[in-house]
Amino acid sequence: MREIKYSEAILEATDFSLENDPSVLVVGLGVPDPKGIFGTTSGLQEKYGEHRVMDMPLSENGMTGIITGVSLNGFRPILTHQRVEFALLSIEQIVNQAAKWFYMNAGQQNVPIVIRLIIGRGWGQGPQHAQSLESWFAHIPGLKVVMPSNSYDAKGLLISSVEDDNPVIFLEHRWLHNTFDNVPSEGYRVPIGEARLARKGSDVTIVSHSYMVLESLRCADVLAEHGISVEVVDLRSIRPLDSKTVLNSVSKTKRLVVADNGWMHFGVSSEIISIVTENIFDKLICAPVRIGMNDSPSPSTRALANHYYPRAKNIAEVISKMLDKTVDLNILFPKTDIPLDVPDPSFRGPF
Amino acid sequence: MLNKFEKNLYYAMLRIRMVEERIAELYSEQEMRCPVHLSIGQEAVAVGVCEHLQKNDIVMSAHRAHAHYLAKGGDLKAMLAELYGKSTGCAKGKGGSMHLIDLENGFFAAVPIVGSTIPIAVGVAWAFKMKKSTNIVTVFLGDGATEEGVFFESLDFASLKNVPILFVCENNFYSVYSNLKVRQAPQRKISVLAESHGIKTFTGDGNDVQQVSKMTREAIKFIKNMNKPVFIELETFRWLEHCGPNGDDELGYREVGELEKWIKKCPIESYKNTIIEKSIVTETEITQMIENISSEINDSFNFAKESVFPKLELLNQHIYKD
Ligand SMILES: Cc1ncc(C[n+]2csc(CCOP(=O)(O)OP(=O)(O)O)c2C)c(N)n1
Ligand SMILES: [Mg+2]
Repeated sequence: MREIKYSEAILEATDFSLENDPSVLVVGLGVPDPKGIFGTTSGLQEKYGEHRVMDMPLSENGMTGIITGVSLNGFRPILTHQRVEFALLSIEQIVNQAAKWFYMNAGQQNVPIVIRLIIGRGWGQGPQHAQSLESWFAHIPGLKVVMPSNSYDAKGLLISSVEDDNPVIFLEHRWLHNTFDNVPSEGYRVPIGEARLARKGSDVTIVSHSYMVLESLRCADVLAEHGISVEVVDLRSIRPLDSKTVLNSVSKTKRLVVADNGWMHFGVSSEIISIVTENIFDKLICAPVRIGMNDSPSPSTRALANHYYPRAKNIAEVISKMLDKTVDLNILFPKTDIPLDVPDPSFRGPF
Repeated sequence: MLNKFEKNLYYAMLRIRMVEERIAELYSEQEMRCPVHLSIGQEAVAVGVCEHLQKNDIVMSAHRAHAHYLAKGGDLKAMLAELYGKSTGCAKGKGGSMHLIDLENGFFAAVPIVGSTIPIAVGVAWAFKMKKSTNIVTVFLGDGATEEGVFFESLDFASLKNVPILFVCENNFYSVYSNLKVRQAPQRKISVLAESHGIKTFTGDGNDVQQVSKMTREAIKFIKNMNKPVFIELETFRWLEHCGPNGDDELGYREVGELEKWIKKCPIESYKNTIIEKSIVTETEITQMIENISSEINDSFNFAKESVFPKLELLNQHIYKD
């Protein structure tokens, strides 16, 4: 099978959706521009025309209402913002209108929209361009929230999101765009609401999502060489959440670490730990541990940002403590010269 | 000094240009590790406006803020140190290029979320009014920012409460790669939007620093005498890529010849010709200016490079005020 980049997988899924269903539209600031939203929309306007693939005014709030309206009258729009933060201008439309619409009218009208949001990181992005706000969206009944961690899932989940009859928030981590995976050239679906067992293991389960899956897998690889067997669950969807896969895994390993992609408080990790302790408390042989972004805004300078994001080494530290094993983390994760504010080139994939 | 004001206009524009050219030149060293939005080509707006402001008047801006910050008297060393992520930066490295601040000199804030400083600036100005201060607020915004709903909400409130604010819209025809044509209807005129909120409006050539300066003088007089807001729309042009140190005309998103046309209208070159013709300044004086600015820039970059990074404890400071 071919290996393609995550950004190419998004492009292929969008292309497939446009081809497959004439009611699909693509709207976003920079959609037809020379960079094509990090390559995810390149060439689509040429192929499908300005009436289906289009730029928009700098009007996130209005445009969210407008694509909601257009979806109520027969279309399936995909709206894209280059950063999660730009969608915050439209939070009223998303939360009060799109998310509630179907419920408020007792099922008479639904809102089949996809909102693609990109999570920034690195190169001094600073406090307003690097937030991972999945738990905000996942808090809202009526929204679906997906966060693929690899090219294969990105393509399959985007096609499923477009075909879904509800508003779907599709979150892409900027550091995933250039990772590779095996991806079929034809269209296929990855169901929303199904987690993926990204790696089998027996000593401990790491539950993770989006970019943090890569750090979790790196951690599992390294610990495997030292006799620690780590299972990694990639949530893929945040809402609906596949608690069954999580519970099955933790029932088996009896230990849980959650590697959150965002802040931990009131976050995805809080939810995972609640579900596990509510359901299989008796199976656990120790308290679950979570790890996530530092509980502060993300600073611009790398001197601070380097300490804001947890990495494989930090997860390994938690696990070795949990298993009461003494491992020399500095040997397992030798210092390299790779700057920490750009993607690690060895995180290329496939994963 | 004779013709001091005219010379200052030139000096300030030249200084901003030279600072940003040096940023562009050194960016590839990969030590300024944050996004930078340069204003090269747009200096006349910042300078023509800010030269009329007093130290205690306040300026606010957005992502493309270097020129506004420097024109308002913002500290050059602290700005560069901020770009280098150092503890001596104007926000101790927490913000980077898109979050400049110099309270001492009335540069109140800049943030990269487009449009978001417009209402905040109205609020700051409204507070001046309530405190019976004679100071005013100037907020710089782009043509793109006028597409956000908050722009209209801010105009309405400023007009409703007669807030002492000067809105300065730098219309450079683009938002990133998108021309006005794909974002705004051809009949839509930004200045008319302000006018229809009952706000006194001026329009002009943002590359002509004399025109900007004259207009601003009148605008400020109006704000102070009439206790009402003013809106200025100025046409200008960004020479480099939207974000970053390079040109990007080869991408073909702008019409062929559009950039060249604007480079011919360079605000600094054209003003230089005017003031030399009028014998306001001599070539020798200009050479001296360049030397002075170069040495200030060298010192400031050295300062930024030699400064230390912030200590780790800063990461968790300033989340709440105790
Ligand atoms: C709310 C929001 N949407 C989108 C962006 C991405 N963005 C950053 S600058 C910019 C262009 C703004 O254009 P304009 O206001 O005309 O300013 P210019 O860049 O031309 O100076 C865009 C779209 C953003 N920062 N904030
Ligand atoms: Mg613009």
